[in-house]
Amino acid sequence: MARIAGVDIPGSKHIWIGLTYIFGIGPATSKKVLAEAGIDPHAKSDSLTEDEVSRIAGIIDRSLMTEGQLRRAEGQNIQRLIAIGCYRGVRHRKGLPVRGQRTRTNARTRKGKRKTIKGKKRVGVK
Amino acid sequence: MGRSTKKGPFVDPKLLDKISKQKDTGDREPVKTWSRASTIVPEFVSHTFNVHNGRNFIRVFVTEEMVGHKLGEFALTRTFRGHSGKKAREAAK
Repeated sequence: MARIAGVDIPGSKHIWIGLTYIFGIGPATSKKVLAEAGIDPHAKSDSLTEDEVSRIAGIIDRSLMTEGQLRRAEGQNIQRLIAIGCYRGVRHRKGLPVRGQRTRTNARTRKGKRKTIKGKKRVGVK
Repeated sequence: MGRSTKKGPFVDPKLLDKISKQKDTGDREPVKTWSRASTIVPEFVSHTFNVHNGRNFIRVFVTEEMVGHKLGEFALTRTFRGHSGKKAREAAK
């Protein structure tokens, strides 16, 4: 067990997988970080020396935005769109898809659970 | 796919002319435009535009944060009046 980038504790898995438990690090970034640190991606997290762990932590701290910092930046980007009143901001405000997807059907991820409307005729797919 | 950086941002040349003229005279009259596809460039900041939305001209005051967006993004083309149904009919009464 090791703590990298604050709260995250990757388990007894390959370090390459373990790093993806950090918000902001996926498989690709994970491999890049390990290559830079010169550590075998398939080594188990437990088998790493303290020095190796701190080397990984150093690279992540230095070059990547992760966890809270990344979440905050993301939220700020959305707040900016909402504040300037552009089309994308309006879509965010209304909780509808932002990138031009259809909303006649689907779009359930953004719209949330179906709200059934009583007495509405079934038109085509529903 | 985005636009090639080689070409630079698209801005209607006429619109640029108008703005640079405004810069010289110092007036801040709204500029009427149909060019929704024009990118907002730094020169536009704190100028006002009347952007066509297909029916009317929407007044858009450009702030620094809007740079890089297109003029059309600020003049919505659709009016959503709510869904039909019992509730809507009652509300209309």
